[in-house]
Amino acid sequence: MTGLLVTGIGVVAPTGVGVEAHWSSLLRGEPAIRPIEGFDTEQYGVTLAGQVRDFDPKEFVAPQLMVQTDRWTWTSLAAATLAAQDAGYEAPEDAYATSVFLAAGSGGNEFSQHEIQGLWAKGPKSVGAYQSIAWFYAASTGQLSIRDGYKGPSGVVVSEGAGGLDSIGWARRVARRGTPAVLVGGTEAGVTPYALLCQATSGRLSTATRPEDAYKPFDRRANGHVIGEGGAILLLEEPGAARARGAQHVWGEVAGYGATHDAHHHEDPAPDATQYARAIRIALADAGITPDDVDLVLADGAGLPELDALELEALQRVFGGRATPVPVTAPSSWTGRLMAGGSALNVATALLAIRDGIVPGTAHLDDPVDAPGVDLVQQSRVQDVRTVVVLARGFGGFNSSLVLRRHQPEGTS
Amino acid sequence: MSADRRRVVITGIGVVAPGSMGREGFWDMITAGRTATRRITFFDPSRFRSQVAAEVDFDGRKLGLTAHEVHRNDRFVQMAMVAADEAVADSGLTLGAGGADDAPDPDRVGVTLGSAVGATMRLENEYVAVSDAGTHWLVDPRYASRFLHQALVPSCGATELAVRFGAHGPATVVSTGCTSGIDAVGYGAQLIEDGDADVVIAGASDAPISPISMACFDTIRATTANNADPEHASKPFDARRDGFVMGEGAAVLVLEELGHARQRGAEVYCEVSGYANRCNAFHMTGLRPDGIEMAEAIGLALDQGRIDPDEVGYVNAHGSGTKQNDRHETAAVKRSLGPAAQQVSMSSIKSMVGHSLGAIGSIEIAATALAVKRGVVPPTANYGVPDPECDLDYVPNTAREQKVDVALSVGSGFGGFQSAIVLASPTRRTA
Repeated sequence: MTGLLVTGIGVVAPTGVGVEAHWSSLLRGEPAIRPIEGFDTEQYGVTLAGQVRDFDPKEFVAPQLMVQTDRWTWTSLAAATLAAQDAGYEAPEDAYATSVFLAAGSGGNEFSQHEIQGLWAKGPKSVGAYQSIAWFYAASTGQLSIRDGYKGPSGVVVSEGAGGLDSIGWARRVARRGTPAVLVGGTEAGVTPYALLCQATSGRLSTATRPEDAYKPFDRRANGHVIGEGGAILLLEEPGAARARGAQHVWGEVAGYGATHDAHHHEDPAPDATQYARAIRIALADAGITPDDVDLVLADGAGLPELDALELEALQRVFGGRATPVPVTAPSSWTGRLMAGGSALNVATALLAIRDGIVPGTAHLDDPVDAPGVDLVQQSRVQDVRTVVVLARGFGGFNSSLVLRRHQPEGTS
Repeated sequence: MSADRRRVVITGIGVVAPGSMGREGFWDMITAGRTATRRITFFDPSRFRSQVAAEVDFDGRKLGLTAHEVHRNDRFVQMAMVAADEAVADSGLTLGAGGADDAPDPDRVGVTLGSAVGATMRLENEYVAVSDAGTHWLVDPRYASRFLHQALVPSCGATELAVRFGAHGPATVVSTGCTSGIDAVGYGAQLIEDGDADVVIAGASDAPISPISMACFDTIRATTANNADPEHASKPFDARRDGFVMGEGAAVLVLEELGHARQRGAEVYCEVSGYANRCNAFHMTGLRPDGIEMAEAIGLALDQGRIDPDEVGYVNAHGSGTKQNDRHETAAVKRSLGPAAQQVSMSSIKSMVGHSLGAIGSIEIAATALAVKRGVVPPTANYGVPDPECDLDYVPNTAREQKVDVALSVGSGFGGFQSAIVLASPTRRTA
């Protein structure tokens, strides 16, 4: 049975606004991780981030809506607009036929910090009318549903970095129960003073000041990650519905999904990769494929030695028996980790790799760790890509895995 | 749905609710029609428009949490842990370390935890510390807790539950505002239906009684200004209602695949027969009086369970006590149940335990499951003056003994979310 089809992609990321801008930035290896702009970072011990530049929210969000919403929601609304444009999707007559099922991570940070500041500095009356709808984790999903008139079963999942993939997993349940089109993915806007402070307490952020020294997944000098903002929103459609409306372009097919939890410790990594490997195996079985069928893996790429080693262990457990090592790349190294938005963006990147037969390399992977059975991709390469596994982890032990497959129109093989 | 659909039952219930202790304390309280709303004690509310809330006298240490657990977790996570402990104990399942021979496969145990606003209380308290009570815009990181990443991203709540019970199945936090507690249970049921888990620890928790939350509802006048009479401030469906009363709390349900529950001889509260969610795509906080989308969700949830409207004996209402909600919801129930709406018992326990945002959906499911199991319908407290626009049977002030084969619990939230879940007695006769 054919899975849901990806018929539209909208990207708002440090690598650019729009799917093609993102792709060309990745392939050119442009430095999207740079010194943080917008506030003084001296106190935080962290100076770098992947910020979304060249983004004018006014192009996507009406002025009266802008004042009610956080930058997080602006990027979500923009990414959704771009995805719908890419798909040529217009809200069908049946408003219940479209759902919005996004991942969220940290909510409307900048907006909320401003309001809390006002409350404590000046008193309750300084809190504006929109705090109640701008900050909470469902804000972007709700605003998108309202703006575009989508009344289908909608939801918001939070599983930190795994969220982008999990939103697709939940969208499949929605589709299975009869809703033919679902907007999935998510964006994030946590490069703000208080959100940076919060993320820094995890002890997982690199304190390096030069981008080439900072976020280096699978490198011997891996020392943490760099945060980022933005993400991607994608339109998934049931194949019959996509055909019926005459969808012009199919990016690929969602072939399988699996999720597990380490259930080991509230913050320490799992003792081994048992559950991470299991998430991958569930997704492969769900797709009805074997490890040999996989052309490429987009790794989570945590950028901490212990977490990188666990990911390589999971990959070796699943793919170690192959005749040729499985190619593995970590494109997040170019943008920073965008929390829920990051795994959604990796889905977009995987579909671009399928379309063009190009695998983007991993940034700053100068001195790779030993990775038997795994082919770590340092430089972009040309390679036929039919089937991709996208992996994502969330802080605390969430493991998610998604299988994407090149779409074969009916009657071809 | 095919005939061989995997069915989902509730086999354990745990509750942390205002004014009571545990599941039985909660049930005794709501069936006695006692209210837990009071003048806010967590902070000095005198500068706020709404100064009333339903607070939980909660001490995690006294309820079995370790000092570490209390230290690292926001109140919403702590309450979820306590509710989950009670639910799992109630289910008789041995989960986590040292499980018995008949314990479920840990890989087949999932977690779906709802929360509308996550660790908002801790985020605010820590912000106050690092900004010296808002006097410095640039924060001073040296004063921060080292557990703030967990506070920023509420998925920590699902992690704590997964770790606590060794649950290696799918886990997530569900955050759809005030329908989070229904949606989390609905998603949990879908995990079981779809064969991805046999047992799901599903519930919701919220702890929003803090200055920022009170202030943001003050400005839009969503909360009550009835500060003179806190015990009677929450007046769902009454003509004098003037807004909701903020609450807090948690409820966790153990969801189990029917065959799994039968095999181990588990006591079953009820079956989760249907769940549906729709959006109104209208307004972030406003509701049209017609209730069309909520009615759509109710109708779909009933269809899934192949239940006719006249089989519904009890509707556990969202009943927040705002002017627009109670009118909207009354219309939705009339629209979806048709003539049967005139016979149905419908009540809002928010009259007693307040509105704990995302948590309340699961707390209301707990109340509804207990109503089905025990044949008692909790009342709507503080009901005195009928509103011509709210003209159904709201079970005024006194609990009602009534055999309930099928019950409905509904919710409506900021963002336009409308959710409905159907619970049915396992002994209900089906065609």
